[in-house]
Amino acid sequence: MNSLNQTIAASKASFFWQWKDINFGTIIALVFLVSLICAAVVPHWFTNFDPLAIVPRSAFESPSLAHWFGTDQSGRDIYSRVVYGTRQSLLIGISSTGIALSIAVVLGLLGGLGGATTDRAVNWILEVLFAFPSLVLALLFIAIFGSGIGPLIVATGLGAAPGYARMVRGQVIAVRNSGYIESARALGHSPLRVIFRQLLPNAMRPLVVMLTMGIGQTIVWASALSFLGLGNKPPAPEWGTMLSLGRDFVANAWWLTFFPGLFIVLTTLSTTIVGRYVQQRLEGRLP
Amino acid sequence: MNTTYETDNHTKQQSQSTSLFGKRIAWRLGGAIVVLWAVATIIFFAVLLMPGDPVLALLGGGSGNVSAEVVAEVSKEYGLNEPIFTQYFIYLGNVLSGNLGTSYSQHLPVTQVLDEHIGPSLQLALCSLLLAWLIVLAMTIFTSHRRSWRGRVGSVIETLAAAVPHFWIGLILLSVFAFGLRLFPPAGSNGWNTLVLPSIALALPLAGFIGQVTRESLDFTLDQPFILTAKTRGLSDVGVRVKHALRHAVLPGISLSGWAIGALISGSVVIEVIFSRKGLGRQLYQAVLSQDMPLTIGISLVVAAGYVLANLFVDVLYQLIDPRQERVQ
Repeated sequence: MNSLNQTIAASKASFFWQWKDINFGTIIALVFLVSLICAAVVPHWFTNFDPLAIVPRSAFESPSLAHWFGTDQSGRDIYSRVVYGTRQSLLIGISSTGIALSIAVVLGLLGGLGGATTDRAVNWILEVLFAFPSLVLALLFIAIFGSGIGPLIVATGLGAAPGYARMVRGQVIAVRNSGYIESARALGHSPLRVIFRQLLPNAMRPLVVMLTMGIGQTIVWASALSFLGLGNKPPAPEWGTMLSLGRDFVANAWWLTFFPGLFIVLTTLSTTIVGRYVQQRLEGRLP
Repeated sequence: MNTTYETDNHTKQQSQSTSLFGKRIAWRLGGAIVVLWAVATIIFFAVLLMPGDPVLALLGGGSGNVSAEVVAEVSKEYGLNEPIFTQYFIYLGNVLSGNLGTSYSQHLPVTQVLDEHIGPSLQLALCSLLLAWLIVLAMTIFTSHRRSWRGRVGSVIETLAAAVPHFWIGLILLSVFAFGLRLFPPAGSNGWNTLVLPSIALALPLAGFIGQVTRESLDFTLDQPFILTAKTRGLSDVGVRVKHALRHAVLPGISLSGWAIGALISGSVVIEVIFSRKGLGRQLYQAVLSQDMPLTIGISLVVAAGYVLANLFVDVLYQLIDPRQERVQ
């Protein structure tokens, strides 16, 4: 028994701590993501500039040693705005993914466990949600409930939910007849315990990858919405809002839009790369 | 003797499969109509849930100056004094007869606005989808191969393209090719040269996504025995890829195209705004901004209908390319 526990502990440790097959690109992606998280938590460690300080004299300065990414139309330092914007952008990306996932898990569990009629109903709801392209669904939601940061997060989550829901449902159906579920039920565990302790963890395993990659995509769609002016109010530093502000000056000040966009790209790219690495580790598959 | 029998059997099987094919399309079409009905219903009840007076909401969220006569007229047109279910049937009847109301912000019938903007939108969507597939085919046919540096470079380019948001590419293209080099007009929707930059901006991320899937499946197909057979018959490498492997390899990409059309529609909202193009996406955006509910509802309904039909078309295309699906059913 003791040796079994040791084996389990060892395999857990090897999963988390033995960075097997990690390549250079994945390390860079991980480092980038970790520094993003740091920038979101303690932005003032990364820059001395106030992201909101208006300095009219130094408006539209191109990138230099003093202002790495240049300055905008009010002389605000773009680099510090990008750094301070990380918090908002990550928060939006993570919370909309969270909302999408919650909707998906509820619908997926209902569909996978609820019997034929419920399953048909869930399928039908998904079919209807799928009739809207995600941004159109989000725009419709904003048209009805108004714009702002809250509706933006819910709208983005709602737009991404149908795709996840279909996957969760498929996974639940694949897992629900497994031996270990049957054993857990035979042991007399309550249905809720079986769902949360056995069913969901096993069903969600392949979804970890989709989620990692999903956060990048949600950041893209959320910044598309704030680019359209449907999220934060302008002076607030957020990547999508910065792009939208810089759009008016794209003819003569490229740096206003280039750098916030670059950070969206790097974030999406890093989440994709890390997601693939996790996929490799989970499925034991080499590229 | 034997041959006649076999041919006979074959024709019979074929006609049977054609009828099965038709039946399946009919089923799917029926399903699509039911989905569209549900879409219209959901929009109706969602608008009912809106905070505030529905008459004012229909007329612009109470921000506009609305005279009492207009309120009375709209109440009558939508039957807003009637019980909810009567209202619902009036609304369904209106939608079915193509009466989508009058746009508050443009003072035009919604159908007229749709009519004017649907063309440029379709042009942009088709152009981008075509361009995306051209890029994918060119990239995968010429660079796909496991264990070769070309394949690895191609794969990196695709990953990069998939990570780049279309609106950022749009802005960069705008500042380089429209304002910097002045090769293309920065705005407008007349003529082919206004179509170039928006199509590229929409096509690149799409090509990245479809390319990743297609490369994976082409790599897999190239390891199959029938490819070796084709090679031993003396076909050139590119010939084998185009004539034998491609038909298998495009299937996952084709089934992704349904999703891709959705991404295109979503993307075109932002791209049409950036390039000031005529189109449904920008109209939808402006309708949402000005709280023009009739126009928002009208465009959402049309877009949903178009998307559902496009997905149906993708399904049919998939079956035409891979008839094996049929026999399984």
